[in-house]
Amino acid sequence: MSVLIFIDTNEGHVKKASLEVMSYGAKLADQLGTVAEGVALGTVTEDLSALGKYGVKKIHHVNNDVLNHFDAQVYTKVIAQVAEKTGAAVVIFSNNVDGKAIAPRLSARLKAGLVSGAVALPDTANGFTVKKNVFSGKAFANITINTAIKVIALSPNAYQVKTGGGSAEVVPFTTNVEPGKIKVTNVTKASGEVPLTEAEIVVSAGRGMKGPENWGMIEDLAHALHAALACSRPVADAHWRPHNEHVGQTGIAIAPNLYIAIGISGAIQHLAGVNRSKVIVVINKDPEAPFFKAADYGIVGDAFEVVPKFTEAVKKLKGS
Amino acid sequence: MKILVCISKTPDTTAKIAFTDNSTKFDTNGVQWIINPYDEWYALVRAIELKEKDSSAVIHLVNVGSADAEPIIRKALALGGDEAIRVNADSHDSFFVASQIAEVAKQGNYDLVFTGKETIDYNGSSIGGMVAELLDLPYVSLATKFELSETKATITREIEGGEENCEVELPVVVSAQKGMAEQRIPNMRGIMAARTKPLKVVEPTSVTPLTNVSGFGLPPAKAGVKLVSPDNVEELVRLLHEEAKAF
Ligand SMILES: Cc1cc2nc3c(=O)[nH]c(=O)nc-3n(C[C@H](O)[C@H](O)[C@H](O)COP(=O)(O)OP(=O)(O)OC[C@H]3O[C@@H](n4cnc5c(N)ncnc54)[C@H](O)[C@@H]3O)c2cc1C
Repeated sequence: MSVLIFIDTNEGHVKKASLEVMSYGAKLADQLGTVAEGVALGTVTEDLSALGKYGVKKIHHVNNDVLNHFDAQVYTKVIAQVAEKTGAAVVIFSNNVDGKAIAPRLSARLKAGLVSGAVALPDTANGFTVKKNVFSGKAFANITINTAIKVIALSPNAYQVKTGGGSAEVVPFTTNVEPGKIKVTNVTKASGEVPLTEAEIVVSAGRGMKGPENWGMIEDLAHALHAALACSRPVADAHWRPHNEHVGQTGIAIAPNLYIAIGISGAIQHLAGVNRSKVIVVINKDPEAPFFKAADYGIVGDAFEVVPKFTEAVKKLKGS
Repeated sequence: MKILVCISKTPDTTAKIAFTDNSTKFDTNGVQWIINPYDEWYALVRAIELKEKDSSAVIHLVNVGSADAEPIIRKALALGGDEAIRVNADSHDSFFVASQIAEVAKQGNYDLVFTGKETIDYNGSSIGGMVAELLDLPYVSLATKFELSETKATITREIEGGEENCEVELPVVVSAQKGMAEQRIPNMRGIMAARTKPLKVVEPTSVTPLTNVSGFGLPPAKAGVKLVSPDNVEELVRLLHEEAKAF
């Protein structure tokens, strides 16, 4: 028996989301009296054995070039084989882009119950129950998995990365990998920027910014904080900002440590995607803006005056 | 060209979220129901656009749900679906629902199965992937663009911090999100036509759910906002740094 963790990589580098999943999986393994093992697919440029510090004891590495392009169908087959071979009782993914594609496939393949978007460790005192977000963060549900094998997809930023383990034993896992049917023709990445779902700090702005030409000050603040950028839906709809920055109930759901909302009214659909943020700061000139009710800190004021001062103050703090 | 679009019924985005029966059931009192926005705005509308380019295409809708899903199914027909299939069962868990959809898909021999990227109530993002696995088909998730030439689909999908273009021969399962299409409003002609479009009701195949909901809860309320004067932004930064330890 083991807890098997999918170690997701990006161009050979282990994603931060995977560090969270390893920390979570190691803790769960402790709880179940078993060990946490990892599975990594394709070329990995990092030293896998060093991932032992996140609590995984052994890493099965399927180093096959076919796996350098992500294909949920191909990945699922390989992970299923590793899960079988290691006698995995629980297989854990991040509920990130890749996890959302593979975890449900693996669940259907193994007839193993899935909880996606988990936000806490399973309660294993009496059965196996996992807490997850529902209604776009407006509520949570406790889901009981009734099958022998379980699949969990952990929400990004829901579990703290923990270190303290030693070094992991890396074992090659060889299997015949058939190429998938999906041919990737082009990959575009906004290099140097923090992916929104992985970001610890998010600076988000809405219609209160009046027009796309005013985003310079928003970018400056984000830059000073090493934050990712987000926006409200009308801002994306009006093409002031790209769609992939749209957060909310019908956009991307995020849960950073710090969410700074500038010139956003705080409509229920917007809040739904961001209300799991640990700390929320609202800057709005209207003291009646609903967002203040969901905020931890706020400034009632004109964004055009407050934001540049905010950036200066952050720079001053970081400089000292 | 046969397209199957999965349609889920969800509470309106402004619905009050509350629970009954000792927090084990969603309180549907006073709730307005809508088509899950991702299914409607992106998956269905894109299917309709494909049909507008290729009039030989047919669009079937599938819903797993009880009879009270019929108003939203009619709305989807009014937007432009040709025919609907309702699998007459409450949705127990995603595996149960996906198994029912896979069964419908198998029988209908579809070239393309569209789902929304997730439902706004359960937030599972799992139906597309499960259906694809059950049908042993490729799955492209979180698609933001979808083009078709003959039997080859060219798709853009979201990846962490960017996007990816890919090509795949039909049949394929695709989950749709923002970018794919723009929301439409059904017109009078569509609404009239929808009344007589076929809405078939089929009984579910026997499938054991793999999970069950043991309870719901609401997140703890915020303690209240701490306001800082706009003339003292440095104080806000200090609080965020020292008190909230946010950076
Ligand atoms: C089905 C459905 C789904 C939806 N999904 C989403 C979603 O996923 N995400 C989302 O964001 N929205 C969503 N919406 C839209 C949502 O209801 C709101 O319309 C939207 O969030 C408002 O965006 P906003 O706050 O940027 O703009 P507004 O509501 O126009 O608010 C602008 C705010 O800026 C403030 N302001 C103006 N000038 C300044 C200034 N100089 N300085 C400081 N503050 C200023 C104003 O006081 C105001 O509060 C959805 C709506 C529906 C019906």
